[in-house]
Amino acid sequence: MQAPIIEICELAYAYDNTPALSGVNVRINRGDFIAVIGPNGGGKTTLMRLILGLLEPQQGQILVFGAPPGSNPARIGYVPQHSNTTQGFPASAEQVVLMGLAQGKRRGFRFTASEREAADRAMQRAGVLDLRHRRLNELSGGQRQRILIARALITQPELLILDEPLSNIDPYGRQCILETLTGLDAHTTVVMVSHDLGITANAVTDIIAVNHYALSAGGSKLTPAMLALMYGTHEAGCPVHALLQQMVDSAIVEAPTAHAQRTHATTEHTHEPR
Amino acid sequence: MNLADLLHQTFMQHALIASLLVSITCGVIGALVVVNRLIFMAGGIAHTAYGGVGLAFFLGAPVLPTAGLFTAGAAVILGTLTQTKRERTDTLIGVIWAAGMAFGIIMINLTPGYNVGLMSYLFGSILTVPAHDLWVMLGIDVVIVGLTLFFYRDILSFSFDPDFARSRGIPVRWLYFMLLIMVAEAVVMMIQVVGLILVIALLTLPPYLAERHTKSLVGLMVASGVWSLVFCVGGLAVAYQFDLSSGASIIATACAIYLMFITGQTGWQWLRAQTQTPA
Repeated sequence: MQAPIIEICELAYAYDNTPALSGVNVRINRGDFIAVIGPNGGGKTTLMRLILGLLEPQQGQILVFGAPPGSNPARIGYVPQHSNTTQGFPASAEQVVLMGLAQGKRRGFRFTASEREAADRAMQRAGVLDLRHRRLNELSGGQRQRILIARALITQPELLILDEPLSNIDPYGRQCILETLTGLDAHTTVVMVSHDLGITANAVTDIIAVNHYALSAGGSKLTPAMLALMYGTHEAGCPVHALLQQMVDSAIVEAPTAHAQRTHATTEHTHEPR
Repeated sequence: MNLADLLHQTFMQHALIASLLVSITCGVIGALVVVNRLIFMAGGIAHTAYGGVGLAFFLGAPVLPTAGLFTAGAAVILGTLTQTKRERTDTLIGVIWAAGMAFGIIMINLTPGYNVGLMSYLFGSILTVPAHDLWVMLGIDVVIVGLTLFFYRDILSFSFDPDFARSRGIPVRWLYFMLLIMVAEAVVMMIQVVGLILVIALLTLPPYLAERHTKSLVGLMVASGVWSLVFCVGGLAVAYQFDLSSGASIIATACAIYLMFITGQTGWQWLRAQTQTPA
């Protein structure tokens, strides 16, 4: 049995005595495409920040690549919520992607030709190579999000963590982002957070529902227990129950062969209308 | 006195050299303050510097080095407090701001005699910058530009997205404190030129104008430095011509250029919209 990329045991975290997560056990294997879903305030982002080493666990243990979080930053690509970045920042798309090379080690002011080539490759994979000289604030939300994905991909990470990459993105932009993610190397492990049950990425291999506690589906289909964890129990016949059932039926579908779709292929260039 | 004679005067040469040295720091630090949204923090640090000036007067110590050390210490305290209590950042900055000023006033009160030179630190006096202060300014320039270039990649990443920078192993906390200390030293340096009350204008107006035509952080730093030099030299000319306070003249010139620029840009956009509207 292969060692998991991420292993979380009995994790607990609280903000000023307000519990955010407790008793969380998660295991993520190499090549998995995980959708982390749950309501707002349920602890999804906290869980990601703990995995990245941006927060310290208060109880329990997290191992990423068999080591404490933060030990292998070069092996992890992170795409934060794009609203966290400075909108009017004076930088071209290429410069933003090159920021992914900063690791607190390499010094110097100028980027080398090989570093620029790496940025080009990452932008090619994210389908935004033609935007490389554009200023960030000239781009649409979907384009900016794919630039941030390219920034995470520049070091060719083995683990890619995306925090709500589809929020506030129009349907076309969402599709482009999902195409980028499903076109990644099959050995790249993807963990994508969303508060939206409407993730229809065919490549999803497992779903983890987070609402202070975490439940894994063990497949790409939501279970009633996960729905109950996220939104409570509702009697059959009530409007909320019907809505949740509709989500289960339509949003995340079984895709047993989906993982095989993830190949080494690079996504085609797509031009997103602004 | 004609222009050639004026330029031969030592005080004017010192003023022009001080303008250049301050503009270099102003360009670098102003750009970083604006992109990191640290304007209120920089204002707090600037006013805290008054405590350092007061302490220097009380001890009879050289003002620039004393104020530099005092303000750097205040910046570290401010940074520590605001990192610990993020939700109270504004309040904490306000407290440190007022405490620094109050400490400075008390130190001045306790200093025997009337300190006429104190006003030059409040409102600036670029025409009276002594030679040894120019050397201190040059030293601050070298340190600030050197540190910024050396850590440029990390500063760039940290300024754009601190969370991502931390996830890459960049020591964001140390960079933040380094930035605050650089702001403190820049402020102390600029006190000579525009005074601590007007420092914030010279830190923010140049980047605000420059960001409209720059595509990179380093470009913003260079363009801000150029704008800053234009404001300083222009303000100096106005002050000399009309016999006005140099610090206030520099800021008034900056504000006037800023207003002209914004008005011109808005007018140009309006004209373009009019000509492109189909009949």
